[in-house]
Amino acid sequence: MANEVLPVALLASVLALAGVLAASPSLSAERRSGYEDMGPAIQAMQRDDAQNPATLWVKEGELMWGTRTGRAQRSCADCHGEAERGMKGVAARYPAFDPALGKPLTLAQRINQCRTQRQRAEALAPESDGMLQLESFVALQSRGMPIVQQDPRLQTHRDRGEALFRQRLGQLNLSCAQCHDERAGLRLGGTPIPQGHPNGYPLYRLEWQAVGSLGRRLRNCMTGVRAAPYAVDAPEMTDLEIFLKWRARGMAMESPAVRP
Amino acid sequence: MTGAMAASLGAAFALLLAPGGAAAQQADEPGDPARGRAIVASRQAGLCLLCHAAPIAEERFQGNLAPDLAGAGKRWSEGELRLRMMDAAAFNPDTIMPSYARTEGFNRVAPALAGKPLLTPRQIEDVVAYLRTLQ
Ligand code: HEC
Ligand code: HEC
Ligand code: HEC
Repeated sequence: MANEVLPVALLASVLALAGVLAASPSLSAERRSGYEDMGPAIQAMQRDDAQNPATLWVKEGELMWGTRTGRAQRSCADCHGEAERGMKGVAARYPAFDPALGKPLTLAQRINQCRTQRQRAEALAPESDGMLQLESFVALQSRGMPIVQQDPRLQTHRDRGEALFRQRLGQLNLSCAQCHDERAGLRLGGTPIPQGHPNGYPLYRLEWQAVGSLGRRLRNCMTGVRAAPYAVDAPEMTDLEIFLKWRARGMAMESPAVRP
Repeated sequence: MTGAMAASLGAAFALLLAPGGAAAQQADEPGDPARGRAIVASRQAGLCLLCHAAPIAEERFQGNLAPDLAGAGKRWSEGELRLRMMDAAAFNPDTIMPSYARTEGFNRVAPALAGKPLLTPRQIEDVVAYLRTLQ
């Protein structure tokens, strides 16, 4: 009896696995950071903090970390201590579910929560220099660590993010998946299409001549297909980020990286 | 009947059934190949070189997501090329080539472009005339 049942069960699980892989081309293919697609000069710039322009943002962020501010006159360091320890691995698992709010928060939103509630200071505008500086400094503490994105409470958000990733957008009527899952490695005009992983953000982009957030990158792709981008703090942006982090789970964090 | 012929007949049929179909949108003047070439070369207007290569040597950055346009005029008739421009999905439902004539049925189009096609019927005729020269 067992002899008959076992192969059937095995076959069923093999088929189920094949189904899972077929449904997620991004998982079956080997994952490749955008770093791999860059020329050697830009790669060297990312590898050496003395050459990486994002270091300027990191240094400012480090200053902010230690500065007492707000009505509470507390610094981040007063509560979290040395960022090297207190913030180690944090960026690698954001966006994270906030049980009190019952929804996920991005790293930037989490930082602003501490700003407003713990420091009693004004929130930093999303994507302002101050926010990008603090975020770069916090994200640096996860460099080299694998992305972790598996909280079951984020499942519905991840599913929504995946649906957005597969939805055709804009006047050019293209989905993220059509470029980043199905055509990664080919050239759009002169530009190699990367797999579209979020592991380097915030990062310094030569084209921007500044550090920018993942959201800024996603909005660039959206306007590229002539779509109306989602607002900076829209829940759709968080859902997309959660899906991208899950899709890149296990990949090493590079923040703050450099891209052309 | 060849596969290509069947496909283009199917496409013609689909366009006839669509509101404001091919005949209604076509410009009446013949296209100008020189203007068509400029549209194909332009990253703002045609966007063709994002995906295609074409024998336009001065444009160095050409894509490789789609067949080289060299020889397109040998492979396809004027009618087939026009249909391709207006509704590439009629040839291949999963195509990534955008419709240059469609004005609705998109998600989240940038407000400034809402209700506008990628190219005017006139521009489409110019592009078709240029593609026909690619023998
Ligand atoms: C038409 C093709 C296309 C579409 C559609 C597209 N992208 Fe991109 N994407 C690109 C290209 C090309 C780049 C690299 C740009 C560069 O380096 O200049 C890129 C870069 C990225 C990156 C940065 C990767 C890195 O290593 O820094 C992410 C993340 C990304 N895209 C996500 C998305 C998402 C999410 C969507 C849908 C909302 C999307 N893209 C839609 C072509 C596309
Ligand atoms: C008065 C104390 C206090 C100050 C000041 C403070 N934090 Fe926090 N922070 C906390 C506490 C407590 C938590 C965790 C509690 C919770 O989950 O609500 C936390 C959580 C965080 C987290 C999420 C960590 C995780 O593991 O998910 C980040 C990121 C963070 N803080 C960054 C900052 C930054 C950056 C600053 C300065 C701008 C700052 N904090 C200032 C008390 C503080
Ligand atoms: C976003 C990608 C994309 C853009 C932009 C695009 N195309 Fe295409 N095109 C394709 C793909 C992919 C094919 C291959 C057939 C298919 O999948 O529909 C194709 C097929 C064609 C063909 C038939 C090719 C052959 O010889 O078999 C012609 C002609 C053509 N395109 C012309 C154009 C012109 C002219 C423009 C610009 C005005 C343009 N395309 C813009 C993706 C694109």
